[in-house]
Amino acid sequence: MKLKKFNGLGQLTIPVIAIALLVIFNLIRDPGFFSIGIMHNNDGNVVLAGNLISIINGASELAVLAMGMTLVTAACGGQDISVGAAAAIAGSVFVKVLKSGNSISGGTVLLAFLLACIVAMIFGSFNGTLVAVFKIQPMIATLILYTCGRSIAYWINGGATPTVNSPIINAIGSFIPGVPIPTPVLIVVCMAIIFKLLFKFTSLELFTQSVGINGSAARLNGINATFIKLLSFIILGVCVAVAGSIGVSRLGLINHETLLIDIEMDTILAVAIGGNSLGGGKFKISGSIIGAYVIQMLTITLYAMKVSSTDVKAYKAIVIILLVVIGSPVVKKWFNKVIDRMKNKSVAAQKGV
Amino acid sequence: MPNDELLKMRHIEKRFPGVLALHNVDFTLRKGEIHALMGENGAGKSTLIKVLTGVYQMEDGEITLEDKAVVIHSPQDAANKGISTVYQEITLCPNLTVAENMYIGREDSVWIKHKDYEKKANEILNKLGIPARGTQMLGSCSLAVQQMVAIARAVDMKCKVLILDEPTSSLDDKEVNMLFDLMRDLKAQGVGIIFVTHFLEQVYEVSDRITVLRNGELVGEYLCEELPQVELVAKMMGKELDELSDFEKSESSKVNEKEVFYEAKDLSSSEALAFDFQIRKGEVNGFTGLLGSGRSESVRAIFGADKVTGGHIKVNGKDVKITKPVEAMKNGIGYLAEDRKRDGIIAELSVRENIILALQVMNGFFKPISRSEAESFADEYIKVLNIKTASRETPVGSLSGGNQQKVILARWLLTHPDYLILDEPTRGIDVGTKLEIQKLVLKLASEGVSVTFISSEVEEMLRTCSRLIVMRDRHIVGELTGSQLNQAEVMKTIAGGEG
Repeated sequence: MKLKKFNGLGQLTIPVIAIALLVIFNLIRDPGFFSIGIMHNNDGNVVLAGNLISIINGASELAVLAMGMTLVTAACGGQDISVGAAAAIAGSVFVKVLKSGNSISGGTVLLAFLLACIVAMIFGSFNGTLVAVFKIQPMIATLILYTCGRSIAYWINGGATPTVNSPIINAIGSFIPGVPIPTPVLIVVCMAIIFKLLFKFTSLELFTQSVGINGSAARLNGINATFIKLLSFIILGVCVAVAGSIGVSRLGLINHETLLIDIEMDTILAVAIGGNSLGGGKFKISGSIIGAYVIQMLTITLYAMKVSSTDVKAYKAIVIILLVVIGSPVVKKWFNKVIDRMKNKSVAAQKGV
Repeated sequence: MPNDELLKMRHIEKRFPGVLALHNVDFTLRKGEIHALMGENGAGKSTLIKVLTGVYQMEDGEITLEDKAVVIHSPQDAANKGISTVYQEITLCPNLTVAENMYIGREDSVWIKHKDYEKKANEILNKLGIPARGTQMLGSCSLAVQQMVAIARAVDMKCKVLILDEPTSSLDDKEVNMLFDLMRDLKAQGVGIIFVTHFLEQVYEVSDRITVLRNGELVGEYLCEELPQVELVAKMMGKELDELSDFEKSESSKVNEKEVFYEAKDLSSSEALAFDFQIRKGEVNGFTGLLGSGRSESVRAIFGADKVTGGHIKVNGKDVKITKPVEAMKNGIGYLAEDRKRDGIIAELSVRENIILALQVMNGFFKPISRSEAESFADEYIKVLNIKTASRETPVGSLSGGNQQKVILARWLLTHPDYLILDEPTRGIDVGTKLEIQKLVLKLASEGVSVTFISSEVEEMLRTCSRLIVMRDRHIVGELTGSQLNQAEVMKTIAGGEG
């Protein structure tokens, strides 16, 4: 009975187990690890604090990017490796607009974000056109922006790393006065809801999966595969702009060299840990979000164990190998066989009585 | 003569989640015998074969090979024990040579001894009379020869039991005869052959015995000459054939009074030469011709499946442009593609999602069909078309071929098309489903839907179509109606009878 329920999670089995194991491990190591405290921050707000909060907060950019990456992966059967560089461009545009006036009002921030979105969507369409129209493999197509993206970001602010001082930006990067939950977490929730609504009010999910699983059949059923692939890159562009803006707001400055550096690989990993096939087809956005939290929790756990930041990557790799192997079809098949055998045995035992 | 018995399978049981796929099935194969394994889709033929070849592990039962009890762990293990399979789809590599294909994965050393292999391959190809050379690229051989190379590979692996799973489904008559000659040769050498096919005539042409399965159970084992074809069909379906063939096709004279639904002038595509075509409301017509004659290419041009390069099209008397599938769909045209796996099903998606797909595309991106609506559509068509599936959420890829085809039919029926193009809807599916589909075609026509029906089985087309368009070498060479609709006339036209 228990085993059956366990199978019922389907695609989410691995990420959920991973997160559960990490939680249990941490609780054994330090029972107080996940305790959530209430404290006053520098701005005098009452806010939630603790490791759990910092994990969920810290994974925000990764979670947002993973949502968009899931869609690109599903439609195109490949990944966009330029999201980090594109986020640096979007972040630079965001800052450029913020710095253009004398004071930063709510309107300026909105305008800055919208422009960052538009720019990121344009770069997304560039990637998308290479993939969907010219049929270049996604990883090769996005290698271009991956290589030159941070140079473009450098040009936007003339090579400087300007800082932004504004209570609004501060609120986006940390806490809105009166709200104890970190704003980036709220943004992730908003994005997740937007995706949910997108799937509810459009045929995006069905069409994306059809294109990813069987492009030829999708075309013969009248689906415009080129459009769907392009659209997935444009949506990822929006995610890139959101992630870039969060990153900038957290630090209050744009550093085109370090903003969300190396995040593309973590993003792809989050999609994979979420049980989504990197070859495209069926997908679950929720899996990728959990995947993002798994990665972040792993990182924080390692830091909490006083592993040095150089060593963290190696330990992360070990855990990830385990996760990927456990999630592989070979192990799954073997696992199902074992469960079947156990079931048969228990049935036989009952018959024997 | 019990010593003749090469392979005995007794009391085989195989269960899948929720389904008893095989229940207490016995099967016996004798030396030097061609034994047809018959049954409808889902009868358990494939499962039995997969148990025998180690793809599935049986839950209960025993397998005896040459009086020794054996357990078969994997297809590799089966091959080592002398049980080889040649599948419906050719599983060799077209971009390797014939010799490489025969010895791939069997090298005993890391060094591939091309010269040796070519020599050995040529020897065996000669011995079996297969028209191929070891050095030739496999892809340059015809499908039949490729199939025979696969058989040669099995023979060379000293197989005692050879399983041929639908070997003839993509071959023409001449090629089928070549294959049968080879099968008789092997039979004479003492190989036991299990022959799985949907073509009844072929069964009677080569087989000695027939074993019939139905719903995962054994119906019986018969000598070929003792079981007339009609009785075989009845045994496979558990019904008398008569009650299934009580349909009547619409008279062409009646159809001719109706108005023209679709008309094309000089329609051409990247794959099809320019042709004229029209279909009336409620008419069933068909394209016939040999493989490669351009019949599929022509209907693909009608649907806009290939790049349309020219032509004037009228639907309901109005000029329209159809260059893409979606435009055809908006004009009420549906198209069931020839290659179900490649162009039809979205294998990993559920039956429900596959059924609503075309309707969803027509409704548009911003008007998704709600979950509950989709569920009721799926349930409705699962019932109407009698689709055998565990549930509407089952991935369509796990259904049997005939049921996959029904799902795609459901997909198009749900769009309520005015004109439905069915390209080989009955290929590779069982007799019962074939008849169901033929009946459905005629029912649609009686409701005023125009249907173009393509099948490589001429008899099937004669039964359903009131007009046949005959193609040869990518040109339309004749149109047959009324009394001309008989096998002889069709053959004559296909072959270019006058000369």
